[in-house]
Amino acid sequence: MSDKKLNRAEKARREFLRTTVLATSVTGISLAALIPTLTNSAPRLRPPGALDEKLYLASCIKCGQCVQVCPVEAIFLGDIFDGQGSGVPYIDARVQACDFSCDGLQCVLACPTGSLTHDLNYVPDTRMGLARLSSPKTCLAVAGKGFKGKIREEGYSGKLRFDEIDRWNPLEINSQDYDLEICDLCVRLCPLEIRRLQCEAGKPPQNDKNQCPPYKAIELVKKDNNRYVPTVLQGCVGCGVCEMVCPLPEPAIVIDERVEWSEK
Amino acid sequence: MSDKKQKKPGFFYCVGLMLGKSVSKTLKNDISERVIQIYENKPKGAEVIKLLKAEKAKEKNRKNKNKWRNRRWGTLLFINLLFVVSYFFDMSVLEGALTASRFMGFHMADLNSALQITLASKMILINLVIGFVTVLIMWIIFGGRTFCSWVCPYHLIAEFAEFIHLKLAQKGIVSDHAFNRKVRTVFYIVFLLLAFLTGYTVFEVISPTGILSRALIYGPTFVLLWVVFLLMIEILYSRRMWCRYVCPIGLTYGFVGIFSIFRVNYNINDCLHEGDCRKVCLVPHVLEWTIKNRSFNENQELGPDCTRCGACVDICPTNSLTFKFKGISREKYPCNDPEPKNNKQKIKVDKK
Repeated sequence: MSDKKLNRAEKARREFLRTTVLATSVTGISLAALIPTLTNSAPRLRPPGALDEKLYLASCIKCGQCVQVCPVEAIFLGDIFDGQGSGVPYIDARVQACDFSCDGLQCVLACPTGSLTHDLNYVPDTRMGLARLSSPKTCLAVAGKGFKGKIREEGYSGKLRFDEIDRWNPLEINSQDYDLEICDLCVRLCPLEIRRLQCEAGKPPQNDKNQCPPYKAIELVKKDNNRYVPTVLQGCVGCGVCEMVCPLPEPAIVIDERVEWSEK
Repeated sequence: MSDKKQKKPGFFYCVGLMLGKSVSKTLKNDISERVIQIYENKPKGAEVIKLLKAEKAKEKNRKNKNKWRNRRWGTLLFINLLFVVSYFFDMSVLEGALTASRFMGFHMADLNSALQITLASKMILINLVIGFVTVLIMWIIFGGRTFCSWVCPYHLIAEFAEFIHLKLAQKGIVSDHAFNRKVRTVFYIVFLLLAFLTGYTVFEVISPTGILSRALIYGPTFVLLWVVFLLMIEILYSRRMWCRYVCPIGLTYGFVGIFSIFRVNYNINDCLHEGDCRKVCLVPHVLEWTIKNRSFNENQELGPDCTRCGACVDICPTNSLTFKFKGISREKYPCNDPEPKNNKQKIKVDKK
């Protein structure tokens, strides 16, 4: 309103100032979104085939086609606190891990930009991260304890494929009851270990030997008497199923994003 | 400039207008004598007011007053809901979001997103190229910034914000603060440079188009607060700020609009120059021809910045503004339709 009384020069001056403020603030806000990314304040587990983090963020077009094809709905899109990862797919293994129940790496096939690289063809070649026994003190196997009942807390709806029950439809993990003398859920339900055993039995997934993992992913190593240590091996792809199926309130085994296996 | 063979306005003038150059007065030397004649024969003074009243009275009785707006809103909602429905019912009709999708299996990519990603990743991604070309061809046919008004969900919400803004402005509670239009070009270059230099798609993260499209399909996120913030500014401070002064997506599709065959055409014969069209327009500079003595030709196309929303077509009391597909052969200038060669109506003008 007040603008109307002003002369031309003053109007132009004000418009210029306003415009400068607009330009700097919008650019500033867009740059502020770089901060969480550059400080790596929220590292995320990425879907199979994700390129190196920087290139992954650069090439992802944030369309969510990977979200749409995942049969266990493991993929979510980042929010404001992810900075440049806002709108970019990630997996929260504890909520829902990738169990490869799609067999063909559907998210990789769906990706229109190759952010999830199309060079990845077979499940055992995936490298999302590496599992780590983060809390040996609480691990039931280490304590020589068994496990009885449903794996996760009431109301939990995460899913897994139970091959022997239903090959085509993933089931809620809480639909199963367990009674184990020594808790070995992280080994027993590891999708790579299941594949390896299928291959050993002469029934590779999809009848394709390329689907056979060349290495063990995880095994229980006997420590003494009745105590066992879940040990992560070279074949681990970091899918996060072990983190999801650990029955403790705080999982004793977690995934370190983008870490690769090496002999220590 | 006095070259008679040169059709005015030229390519650079029209593109310059989109990039933020201000409208310059049309020189009488540049206008064809026929057009001068038409202007001179126009009704003047009280007669114009009488005619306007008559036309507007007719207009009031007309059904379908918002024909193009309704079609546009319908299309916009249909496309955006198709994404939602397709995912919800797992139909594989239109998968993805507005930034990239598959329509019946065919790749589509938002031109601006594809550009940002190519610059940030410094890779040529084959599926992205396929999607880019498909969408490019689509908008060359349907009109460049048509994406903005017929597809972009932010445009629709911003229209409601604009409605509130205008209501409040009428009551004197708020007023519109214009920015210099050149700032959009500055933003365009800044965001391209930022993508290239930082290696991150900096703009994609703050783009309300992508944010809204994803929120519709995958559920609400906290980033929506940014969109709300933008809308508040548009209501309280500056009318349609984002679409007018910031959005690089709009400019990318504007560039496509240069070559597009779908246009709004302005015919000067019946125009009463009352300027209703410019009041409803998101980009009023494309309607400068409707100011008296500004049009170079009898038929003048609106420039590439036009979003083909049809608001001017709906409101024009004299049907001087119409949609048209032009022949590809004539598509030489971004905002100028040379007079047809064998125009039967062409009258000879006596030189005075």
